[in-house]
Amino acid sequence: MLLDDTIVALATPSGAGAISVLRLSGPKAIDIASSFFKSVNNKVLKDQKTHTIHLGHIVENDRIIDQVLASIFKGPNSYTGEDVIEVSCHGSPYIQQEIIQLFLRNGCRMADAGEFTLRAFLNGKLDLSQAEAVADLIASDNEASHQIAMQQMRGGFSNEIKKLRDELLNFASLIELELDFAEEDVEFADRSQFEELLGRIETVLKRLVDSFAVGNVIKNGIPIAIVGEPNVGKSTLLNALLNEERAIVSDIAGTTRDTIEDEISIGGIGFRFIDTAGIRETKDVVESIGIQKTFEKIANAQVVVYLIDGNEIQNSEFRIQNYITEIEKIKNKYPQKPLIVITNKVDQLDKNNISNLKSQISDLLLLSAKTGQGVDDLKSKLLEFVNTGALRNNETIVTNTRHYDSLLKALEEIKKVQEGMASGLSGDLLAIDIRQALYHFGMITGEISSDDLLGNIFANFCIGK
Amino acid sequence: MLPSLEGRVGDGCKSSSSKGQVTYTPLNLSSRGDLISNNKKAVKQDMFNSVYDVIIVGAGHAGSEAAAAAANMGSKTLLITMNLQNIAQMSCNPAMGGIAKGQIVREIDALGGYSGIVSDKSAIQFKMLNKSKGPAMWSPRVQSDRMRFAEEWRMLLEQTENLDFYQEMVSGLIVENGKIAGVKTSLGLEVRAKSVVLTNGTFLNGLIHIGEKQFGGGRAGERAATGITEELVELGFESGRMKTGTPPRVDGRSLDYSKMIVQPGDDNPEKFSYSNITSSLTEQRDCHMTYTSPEVHELLKEGFDRSPMFNGRIKSIGPRYCPSIEDKINRFADKDRHQIYVEPEGWDTVEMYVNGFSTSLPEDVQYKALKSVAGFENVKFFRPGYAIEYDYFPPTQLRHTLETKLVDGLFFAGQINGTTGYEEAASQGLMAGINASLKVQEKDEFILKRDEAYIGVLVDDLITKGTEEPYRMFTSRAEYRTLLRQDNADFRLTPKGHEIGLAKDDRLQRMEQKLKKSESLITFYKKTSVKPEEINPVLEENNSSTIKQPDKIFKIYSRPNINLEDILKINDAKTFIEENKLDSEVLEQAEIQVKYAGYINKEKNNADKLQKLENISIPENFDYSKLKSMSFEAREKLSNIKPTSVSQASRISGVSPSDISVLLVYMGR
Repeated sequence: MLLDDTIVALATPSGAGAISVLRLSGPKAIDIASSFFKSVNNKVLKDQKTHTIHLGHIVENDRIIDQVLASIFKGPNSYTGEDVIEVSCHGSPYIQQEIIQLFLRNGCRMADAGEFTLRAFLNGKLDLSQAEAVADLIASDNEASHQIAMQQMRGGFSNEIKKLRDELLNFASLIELELDFAEEDVEFADRSQFEELLGRIETVLKRLVDSFAVGNVIKNGIPIAIVGEPNVGKSTLLNALLNEERAIVSDIAGTTRDTIEDEISIGGIGFRFIDTAGIRETKDVVESIGIQKTFEKIANAQVVVYLIDGNEIQNSEFRIQNYITEIEKIKNKYPQKPLIVITNKVDQLDKNNISNLKSQISDLLLLSAKTGQGVDDLKSKLLEFVNTGALRNNETIVTNTRHYDSLLKALEEIKKVQEGMASGLSGDLLAIDIRQALYHFGMITGEISSDDLLGNIFANFCIGK
Repeated sequence: MLPSLEGRVGDGCKSSSSKGQVTYTPLNLSSRGDLISNNKKAVKQDMFNSVYDVIIVGAGHAGSEAAAAAANMGSKTLLITMNLQNIAQMSCNPAMGGIAKGQIVREIDALGGYSGIVSDKSAIQFKMLNKSKGPAMWSPRVQSDRMRFAEEWRMLLEQTENLDFYQEMVSGLIVENGKIAGVKTSLGLEVRAKSVVLTNGTFLNGLIHIGEKQFGGGRAGERAATGITEELVELGFESGRMKTGTPPRVDGRSLDYSKMIVQPGDDNPEKFSYSNITSSLTEQRDCHMTYTSPEVHELLKEGFDRSPMFNGRIKSIGPRYCPSIEDKINRFADKDRHQIYVEPEGWDTVEMYVNGFSTSLPEDVQYKALKSVAGFENVKFFRPGYAIEYDYFPPTQLRHTLETKLVDGLFFAGQINGTTGYEEAASQGLMAGINASLKVQEKDEFILKRDEAYIGVLVDDLITKGTEEPYRMFTSRAEYRTLLRQDNADFRLTPKGHEIGLAKDDRLQRMEQKLKKSESLITFYKKTSVKPEEINPVLEENNSSTIKQPDKIFKIYSRPNINLEDILKINDAKTFIEENKLDSEVLEQAEIQVKYAGYINKEKNNADKLQKLENISIPENFDYSKLKSMSFEAREKLSNIKPTSVSQASRISGVSPSDISVLLVYMGR
C-alpha cells in the first residue's frame, strides 16, 4: 500500500440521492481538484484558505459536469492529516462516476476500503480504538449505539484504558525497582498501596467487561424472543411494534416456520425481535424442528415474550391450563430469563374472561395488536429489563469484541497478580503477570504494534471512510 | 577481628598476625612453571612488519575478553595497552557479579570467555543474591582479590595461543578508504591490522577531579590517553563526556569492626564458571556494614562549595544508579543515613574499599567526614576517592556486532560505549572480539537476541536507544528475564559459543550431560506417582493440603512450599537420584524447571510473539525520508540508527507505535 499518492472515493452511499460527497486526500488532492474546479467568482481553489467552502463547477475541456461545492482542508488539520478536498455534487450516479473518473485520469487512485481512516491513523490523527469507533459510528443505527461509538471516537475509552495502563506501569516499575535494587537501601511503596491499586484496576476492568454484555446488545440490538402458540398473533404483534408488514401473516396456524428477526428502536435502544414457531407439542416433523429452534432462540434471547391467544381461551379452562403448562415449561427451563406474558387479542375478551385469566397468571400484560392497546406498556416493560444505567451515566461501554477479549485477559492477569500478592509471590514472578496485563492494555489502545492487529482493523470499512 | 584463613587453600602458604593481617603467597609455583614451559605459541609473524587480524587497544575487562576471544578463535591478535603491569585492573570496587551482572558473568563463561574463571580463582567471598526471590533474580556475586584478579587474567592471556602483547599508547588509527588498516602509537610506530577493537575505558582525555584540584589521568596514578577522540571526531564520529567516581580506600587495621555489622559469604558458596577448571571457595573473608549519620552529612556539606559536582566544574553526567555520597545526601535530603560496606581488597592486604562512599569532595573533607562514621573513628586513608570525566562515543553509531557504522573493521567495547561496570565491559569485549575475528575470517556475524542473553539485551539497548548516562545492566531491562537465568546460561549459550569455535568441546559435553540428566530427572518427576501414605506426612509438615489418590511427584513438587528436601523424602525419588548420581547442579536445574514451569512457558510464548516482528527485517539502506506520514523525529532517529528489524525499530525512543504501524504497512506486513 502506498501512502504518498492521492486517493479519491465517494464518501456518501452509492446510488442516487440529492447530494453526493466525493473525497480526495493526499499531496496532490488540492492541485488536482483545483485544475478542474471553476469558481463562480474566478477564485483559484488552491489559493484559498483552509476550511473554506467554494461554489463553482467541475469542468473538463469546457464541458461542465456539474455545479458543486468544494471544501478545502489543508493538512495536517484535516481528517486524514493530509490535504483533503471534499466535492459535494448532485447525487446522480452518472455525475458521481464522471467526476471520479476525471480525477482518476488525472493522478488520483481509487481509495481502498478504510484507507481514509487508515491514513488518519497512520498520521496520528486517531488511535486504534478511535479508528475502530469510526467504523462503529458509521454502522450505528440507533441513539445508544451512536452514543457509544461517538464516545469511543472522542477517545473516552482509550483514555480510560491508558490511565489504567499508566497506573499499572507505575506499579510495575516500583516492583522492578525493588528487584534491581534489592541490595541497596531504597525505600519502596508499601504493599497495601499496591493492593488498593490492584483492587481499583480490577473494579474498572470488571465494569468494562460487564459493560460488554450491555454494549454488545446495544450495538447489535437486544434479542427478544416472541414465543406462543401458532397463529396466536405473534406476527401481528411484531408488525404492530414495527409499524410495517414484515413477518408473514396468515390465518393458517404454523405459517411462521422460519424465525424472522427485525430490529426496532425503543427509547433510543435497539431491540432485535425474534419471531419463533412456538412450542406446541406436535407430530409434524417440520413443526418439531421449529420448536427446537424456538428453544435455541429463547436461550440466546435477553427477554422472552410469551403470547396467549385471547380468542382461544374464551371460556376454555382447558386451553388456559395448556398455556400455564407451557409457561411453566419455559420458566423451568430458563429460570433466570425475564419473561413477559401477554394476552393478545384482548379486544375480543369480556371482563369475566380477563379477571379469570388475571387470577391464574400473575403479571399478565393485556394487549391488542389490532387496536394497539398495551403496545406502549410492552415497550416500557422491555426497557425496564435493559440496564441502561451505564448509558445514562455516560460511562464507557465496551462494544468491540477485540477490546472485550483483551480486557478479559487483562482482568485474568490482574487476578493472578492479586493472588500472587496474597501468597507472597516473589516480585519477579508478579512482574510477569503485570507485564502480561500491560500487554493486553496495549493491545486495546495500539500502544503495542502487531501486524495481525493492524490487518484486521481497517478491513471493516467501506471505501471512502 | 578478621576470620582465620587456616586451611583455606591446601597448597597456598599464609600467615596471619594477631592483628588480623594476612599475608598470602598464591598457588603452587611448580604448576605455574609447567604453565610457562607449556606456553602456547605466540603469533607466528614479525610484529611490526606484517598485518595482524585483530588489534585490541586497551587491556581492561573489555580488552582482555576481546583479546582472549579473538586469539582463541584463531585470529592473529595483538593486545596493546599503556601499561602491561595493569592488565585487567579493577578500577573501582573489588567485586564481580551482582544483580543482572552475575548473570552476565555466567553468560561470558558459557560462551567460552574468561571472566567467570578469573572471578572464581580470585574470589574471597561468594554470595548468591536474592535467593528468596524467583530464580530469575538469583544473582551470583564475588568479592575479589584485586591483585590476584589482575594476575589471573594476565596468566590466562599469556597462556592463550595467537596472542601478542605490546606496551604503548595508541594515539591514532590508520583508516584507508573507510576501512580500518591499523593503529599508530605515540612513539610513531604503525602496526597494521585487518580489524581494531577500541576498549579505552575512562582513559580518553580522562580528567580526574578531587575537590578543586583536577588533572589529566585515566585512573589514579595513570596518565590519560590522547589523540584518538580527536581523530575519530575528524572521521565523523559524535563524541560525548561521561563521569564516574570511586570511593576512598582505607587501612583495615584502623577500623573498629565491633561497631559494624558483619556480612559473611554464603554457607554453601557456588561459583561462576560452568567448567571444572575452578572450584568453589572453602574459606571466605567477611565484609562489614555501617551507616553514615546526620553528623557525617553535615561535615560533607561543608565541602560542597569546593565540590566539582556542584560548582560546575564537572559538566558530564554520572551514573544515576551509582551516585556519589554528596549526590545521595543532596538528592535524598530527608534520609538521615546511608549504607556503607567495608570490602577487603584481597586475601593478603589490609586495604579496604569503602563501598557507598564514592566522592569527589576535597580529600580533607572526605577524611573528616569518614572519621565520623561508626567504626571509622581512627581511619587511615590509603587513597582518597575521586571523580573522573572521560570521552565516550554514543553507541547508536554501532552495529549489533559492535562494529562502527562509519569505519569498516573498527569495533568499540566497554566504557567507550557509555556503559559502566566490569561485567558490561567484559561482555562487550567478548562480543567485539568474536565479531572482529569472524569478520576477518569472513564468517557470519555473531549476534545474541534479547530473549537469548543479557548480553543481547545490553548490545541491543546500546545501539538502539543509546544512553545519556553510564549504562548499567538491570534485570528489568530484559523483557524475558525468567528465560535469562544464571543457572541456564550454559544451555542458552554454550552450543553457540562452541559453534563459533570459542567454547571448547569439554564445555559442550558438560553442558549436554547436565541437560540430559536434568531432563531425565524432570521426566521421572512427571511419570512417577507417590502414594498418599508416603507423602501426606510431608505435606502436613509443610501446611500443604494432603492427597487422597496417588499423585505425580511433578504436581506435588510444583506446590509453593514443597522443596527438594521434601521430595528427597520420597523413596523412589531418593533412589533415582542416587542411582543416577545426580549432582546438586542437576537437582537445582530440575527444581527450577518444575517449580517455575508456568512462568517459564509464559515468557517463552511472549518471546515467540516478539519474534514475529523480529523477523520483519528492514533493508540496510532503507530510505525513511519517503515515509511522509511518519513523524520527523522518528524518521531522523530511524535514519541514524538504521534498525535491522521492525522489532528493533519499535525499541527506539521517539519512535511511536503509530510510526511502527507505518513501517509495518511499508514492510508489506
